[in-house]
Amino acid sequence: MAEIVLDKVTKRYPDGALAVSDMDIEIADGEFVILVGPSGCGKSTALNMIAGLEDISSGELRIDGQRANEKAPKDRDIAMVFQSYALYPHMSVRENMAFPLRLAKVDDATVKQKVEEAAEILDLTQHLDRRPSNLSGGQRQRVAMGRAIVRSPKAFLMDEPLSNLDAKLRGQMRTSVSKLQKQLGTTTVYVTHDQTEAMTLGDRVVVLRGGIVQQIGSPQFLYDHPANLFVAGFIGSPSMNFVPATLEEGVLKSPLGTITLTDRVRRLAEAADAPREVVAGIRPEHFEDAALVEETHRASGATFTAPVDVLESMGAEKYAYFTVEEELATTAELQELAADAGATDVPGGGSTIVTRLSASSEAREGQQLQVWFDADRIQLFDPSSGRNLTYSG
Amino acid sequence: MAVTTGRKARWALIDVVVVVYALFPVLWIASLSFKTKETLADGNFIPREWTLQNYADIFATNEFIRPLINSLGIATIATLIAVVLGMMAAYAIARLDFPGKKALIGVSLLIAMFPQISLVTPLFNIESALGLFDTWPGLILPYITFALPLAIYTLSAFFREIPWELEKAAKMDGATPGQAFWRVIAPLAAPGVFTTAILVFIFCWNDFVFAISLTSTEASRTVPAALSFFTGTSQFEDPTGTISAAAVVITVPIVLFVLFFQRRIVAGLTSGAVKG
Ligand SMILES: Nc1ncnc2c1ncn2[C@@H]1O[C@H](COP(=O)(O)OP(=O)(O)O)[C@@H](O)[C@H]1O
Ligand SMILES: [Mg+2]
Repeated sequence: MAEIVLDKVTKRYPDGALAVSDMDIEIADGEFVILVGPSGCGKSTALNMIAGLEDISSGELRIDGQRANEKAPKDRDIAMVFQSYALYPHMSVRENMAFPLRLAKVDDATVKQKVEEAAEILDLTQHLDRRPSNLSGGQRQRVAMGRAIVRSPKAFLMDEPLSNLDAKLRGQMRTSVSKLQKQLGTTTVYVTHDQTEAMTLGDRVVVLRGGIVQQIGSPQFLYDHPANLFVAGFIGSPSMNFVPATLEEGVLKSPLGTITLTDRVRRLAEAADAPREVVAGIRPEHFEDAALVEETHRASGATFTAPVDVLESMGAEKYAYFTVEEELATTAELQELAADAGATDVPGGGSTIVTRLSASSEAREGQQLQVWFDADRIQLFDPSSGRNLTYSG
Repeated sequence: MAVTTGRKARWALIDVVVVVYALFPVLWIASLSFKTKETLADGNFIPREWTLQNYADIFATNEFIRPLINSLGIATIATLIAVVLGMMAAYAIARLDFPGKKALIGVSLLIAMFPQISLVTPLFNIESALGLFDTWPGLILPYITFALPLAIYTLSAFFREIPWELEKAAKMDGATPGQAFWRVIAPLAAPGVFTTAILVFIFCWNDFVFAISLTSTEASRTVPAALSFFTGTSQFEDPTGTISAAAVVITVPIVLFVLFFQRRIVAGLTSGAVKG
């Protein structure tokens, strides 16, 4: 068990690429921390620096209060699960899992007992004498986990451990990883580019962009109070809708209509010295079919009417997609998010608003629908810096 | 069905032609080695009179046994040293970025392309001056030089195929760099090491140019060179039978070597290391 502190940790690769800059994270003993961000944002680099596989260019890494920058990986007592699993192909499952114990010169009886215990936990007992090449993806993944847990290390590091599994298996393994971590109570740093994994697994989530920490907090906190446009767009699925708007005297003019801000939002925006031109963000789940909103409640929000482009019925809810005439807000952050999601710009201007409606909504594709949204859940962002103007953390 | 049978027949025919073409000289020599002196030149492929006398003769004299010992010793030592040095160099080339890496690759390529015959005279002079002429080291040293590029190339191709992450995983599991190399990387590179060892061994074993020019007595003369000095038991005897027998004897170890390690060479040991 260990407490891991990154104090202004920076990594500059020999070719000059700045992969991680001034990273400050304090990971408490037994905590499950997720590093999340789009591909290439420096997650693996950060993890490898904690592991000792990459040198730290500047700053300090402390494990249990002791400087660990210069320690060799083997002296850090940290186990790692790799994206590719990195199982030793010339060894059986048993030998793979026993390898760390053998290196630590543990006696044969203890090795056998520990390997069998771990195999029991991970449901690998009947595969112990097989070779990794004969196992399925999920089984290999469990062997990699087994190799990490046998020697009860101070901490686990996992680099996208589930990304090579198919969607269904990934869901199952996500639950088991979470259970396993709770059961063992070992400090864990988990890297993923998948915001769903980040939201469901971690005690705390660190959002990274371009090697810079954007925000650190519990999944719910990041969802409710994103510090900037990037975090707001990255956390949550489907992601937040962003529209350009002008703010004047507490009234917001946007492609979704003219909205009178609630007192709470207005005060926050004033305190943050909001500029005239802003980006307004609303999550899909804060929309509702206006017909289903009670009269008394309606006043606290605003409505707009538009034809439904596409309607997806998920059973428990419905997703309705609308097109707004104006270009949606574009900033560097949003472009990066869009690029990461694999989206390409839709030609001909106008963009899509995603809304989540109750299953009982009578919305039809191609027909006009009046949609209500909660004005109190609107978040405003500074288009130049991306800062959240309604942040109340 | 008809198509596949026709195809099979065609391939079988091509295979037979290739194998016969490649093996015919070898089989002819084998056949000669079993013939008696009287039937040696009768032109029959299958000996009419079988004899093992040629084999008995070559093993009865120091003319063959001593060179055989030289060949075995020199080729084995040169192979061992070349493979160990080659492993280190190849590992460095495949894994590390160090100043002068390109130069190292370039120079080893240069050596591999250098015509050996052009070095015979200078080597002779150098070795005479150093007292290495007609000694084991006198052959081992040039063999290592010319085998190293081959070893480095073959081995670095194998090292490059071993996933980098396995070594990182070993480090995380508590291995020192040495342990990671010997317990994870080396076993995975084993097929490459064996392949390289065989190639280098064959190179040393078959060499004639250095063997004939850098030796003068049985102290270090290897079999290919010694064969050219065969005279038969008496001066007036035709040594064809004994030369053939000797040729068979020095070919057999190579064939056995390759057959023995074939499985290891071919085995795709690295499969299953990463997702796949
Ligand atoms: N060995 C390296 N040399 C130079 N640049 C590197 C190296 N490894 C990664 N990078 C760069 O550092 C940045 C972060 O990489 P990485 O940590 O692998 O990102 P992630 O794991 O978040 O996808 C990327 O821009 C990448 O190109
Ligand atoms: Mg990565």
